[in-house]
Amino acid sequence: MSTLRKKKQARRSGLASVALVVFGLLLTGGVYAVFNSTSADADTSTYSAAQIEEGKNLFVANCATCHGLDLAGTNAGPSLIGVGAASVHFQVGTGRMPMANSAPQAPVKPVVFTEEQILSLAAYVASISPGPAIPSDKYLDANGEAANGGELFRINCAMCHNVAGAGGALTGGKFAPALDGVAPVHIYEAMITGPQNMPVFNDMNISPDDKRDIITYLKYMEANAGPGGFTLGSLGPVSEGLFVWIFGLGGILGIVVWMTSRAN
Amino acid sequence: MSQTTVEPERGKLDRFSRAAASYVDDRTKIGVLVKEFGRKIFPDHWSFMLGEIALFSFITILITGVFLTLFFDPSMAHVEYEGSYLPLKGMEMSAAMASTLDISFDIRGGLLIRQVHHWAALLFNAAIGLHILRVFFTGAFRKPREINWIIGFLLFVLALVAGFTGYSLPDDLLSGNGLRIIDGFIKALPFVGVWISYLLFGGEFPGDDLVGRFYSLHILVVPAVILLLIGIHLVLVFLHKHTQYPGPGKTEKNIVGQPILPVYAAKAGGFFFIVSGFVFLLGGIFQINPVWNYGPYDPSPISAGTQPDWYMGWTDGFLRLVPSHWEFVLWGYTFSMNLLVVYIVAGIFLGLVALYPFIEAWITGDKREHHLLDRPRKAATRTGIGAAGVMFYAVAWAAASSDLIATHFHLSLEGVTIFLQILLFVGPVFSFIIAKRIALALQKKDREIVLHGSESGYIVRLEGGEYVEVHNPIDDGLRWKLLSYHSDYEPWMLRPNAKGKIGFWRRTRAALSRFYFEDRIEPVSQSELDAARHDHKPELNTGH
Ligand code: HEC
Ligand code: HEC
Repeated sequence: MSTLRKKKQARRSGLASVALVVFGLLLTGGVYAVFNSTSADADTSTYSAAQIEEGKNLFVANCATCHGLDLAGTNAGPSLIGVGAASVHFQVGTGRMPMANSAPQAPVKPVVFTEEQILSLAAYVASISPGPAIPSDKYLDANGEAANGGELFRINCAMCHNVAGAGGALTGGKFAPALDGVAPVHIYEAMITGPQNMPVFNDMNISPDDKRDIITYLKYMEANAGPGGFTLGSLGPVSEGLFVWIFGLGGILGIVVWMTSRAN
Repeated sequence: MSQTTVEPERGKLDRFSRAAASYVDDRTKIGVLVKEFGRKIFPDHWSFMLGEIALFSFITILITGVFLTLFFDPSMAHVEYEGSYLPLKGMEMSAAMASTLDISFDIRGGLLIRQVHHWAALLFNAAIGLHILRVFFTGAFRKPREINWIIGFLLFVLALVAGFTGYSLPDDLLSGNGLRIIDGFIKALPFVGVWISYLLFGGEFPGDDLVGRFYSLHILVVPAVILLLIGIHLVLVFLHKHTQYPGPGKTEKNIVGQPILPVYAAKAGGFFFIVSGFVFLLGGIFQINPVWNYGPYDPSPISAGTQPDWYMGWTDGFLRLVPSHWEFVLWGYTFSMNLLVVYIVAGIFLGLVALYPFIEAWITGDKREHHLLDRPRKAATRTGIGAAGVMFYAVAWAAASSDLIATHFHLSLEGVTIFLQILLFVGPVFSFIIAKRIALALQKKDREIVLHGSESGYIVRLEGGEYVEVHNPIDDGLRWKLLSYHSDYEPWMLRPNAKGKIGFWRRTRAALSRFYFEDRIEPVSQSELDAARHDHKPELNTGH
């Protein structure tokens, strides 16, 4: 490596280094685009014309005020060009959309549409411009390798969502939500669409099988939350500390006060 | 010895001590000691049990700890986990982590004992904290007990060390992150930091040595020193005799309560089972430190909501409160004030706590022995200072959970941090003022009650149309308690020293003394009391 560098330095001219940088940029950009598009263009699902038509009607009635009739976005909402069916399915399926009032990030609310309507909306948005698709069921069975999923989760997700998936704070009043009770399909879609401050984990970062493992791990943790008893919200030492002061020491003091008051 | 027991029980109990003493004396010739010990009198009050809660949780820690040493492998050698916890199966980890998982999932009763050990450690620290506050607010640290205060303070610090070295042993992600912060703290020390860090970790962090080293500290050195200090602490309590709250028949020269043998010892023995039973209940029902969630330590990931155990929280809080970018380079060394400020602030705080008895004695000039406790309201300034200290600690402690405060109350993290930064300075001032005012107000109320009786809630209309509230006379016991305001406290007088000079220190001392005694409520004098007695015709019992 260092010898290579020396040689390069020896015959380096100003122009050559500029060319080199441009070439490097082009190469990485190109490779990135290719890799990225593998997941973005993966939407091979076909939608019926009727479904798209229904989706369009729903969109115009419920979403266009913010996202624009042409999906290009308005002051009240971002553009939906290229977000894909997965994003719509996630946002509407978790009740985030349609957004009701402004907040640092769209809060989760009761879902207002049926699954069929949501699929129609997704079909409509995807028909205008393709993007990440709704994942296939074979990745959603929560039957992969929990150990691998656990390690990936700790490395990729725990810094925002907490190791136990209990959620965590981000800047400016934003937060990564707790992950218990989230449907496998929404976990998958969150990874491929990266809602809000969450990064996109495309298939080059985390392969579909690895995503399946992550879902497996999260579902395992959900089903076996507390081998040691009540988890106190899985918030770690803070909840343990509050608990020991209020209920531990508090409980014993209650006994002590009762005992000494009886003695007198 | 000038001790008196509660009268009616004296004969029987004394006989018991004597019998026990002669039994042991016939065999070991130390009966004298037993008799002395057995006849010591202990007063009864719930707040005197806090130290016992600490002691008994410590014994619980020792017992459960012995169990854990049988199965824990203090080694950082890499192994593949083959135990029964599915989500970690087949993963590379240290033997320490693997054996912790084995204790949790594959050794019968292991998880329970581990959890009891950890809950007991949290309780140990909490009980010490509350015990220190009790001693502080009742003035029990005054002469001749200053040395025992220092020993108690050392125990408080050692309990932190015991806890920290303990939760670092499993070598899981959470504790590893904690160690990384400690590593940062050490490396921030100018000039020597990096050397110390390499020495401690046996190379660049995390190294392969730390768990073994912490293990010797955690199971040998720290507990031994704690035991030793507890021993001295108790011997001193024994020599000084216990303090007592003011009350009828209680003076600086006597002590009212129960003899150690058999009553107090039996009670304490029973209390041990209550405390340890309670902790076992916690360990059986509530999960603590789920290392299986955290996974094995790996320097790259870090989790949201990474906090230390509660007793270390205040230091983490300072770390979060120091504004960022406070660092500069001098002589080629980086001075990372983000960390150095924490050293300074925590050091000053701990120093003030440790030296408070001496500081107060210097300010008040009070060199007498005290065996009667102050009710917190009596020493209003001290109570205010204590409240300020508690507030300061509490804000730092809360800051360690700033992220959880933000998510759980839907606030912005930056907002919470800025609020706590301000509160760290403003909070103690307000706490001081409010606590002192409350203490003085309570004194005033006591004075009213002594002079005019307690309020009965009945309003009576007199013939002249005047309304008055009926005040009930109070019994002598209560009056005793309320009257126990010794009026002999006075500011330290500013006088020239031997050379006839008034130096800076003398001026400071006089100013502090004035500040300490400035606001007070005059205690009820005998003539006032007599006058008040006269005023109140017994049939009517009306107030003024
Ligand atoms: C009140 C305005 C509003 C309405 C109505 C609304 N949205 Fe949104 N939408 C937003 C805002 C603002 C964001 C970005 C903020 C966020 O994600 O928290 C967003 C984000 C989205 C995203 C994610 C975009 C991305 O980059 O991945 C999707 C998909 C979406 N909306 C779909 C819909 C659909 C479908 C509807 C109708 C059912 C709808 N929205 C109705 C305001 C709105
Ligand atoms: C940079 C921080 C960050 C990282 C890293 C991150 N997330 Fe998120 N995640 C978020 C935020 C912020 C949201 C909330 C988005 C919103 O409400 O619009 C979120 C939302 C989610 C949701 C939806 C939860 C719900 O209540 O509907 C899931 C599921 C999810 N994330 C899974 C993951 C997984 C799995 C990973 C790792 C592969 C991960 N996240 C990594 C920040 C992050």
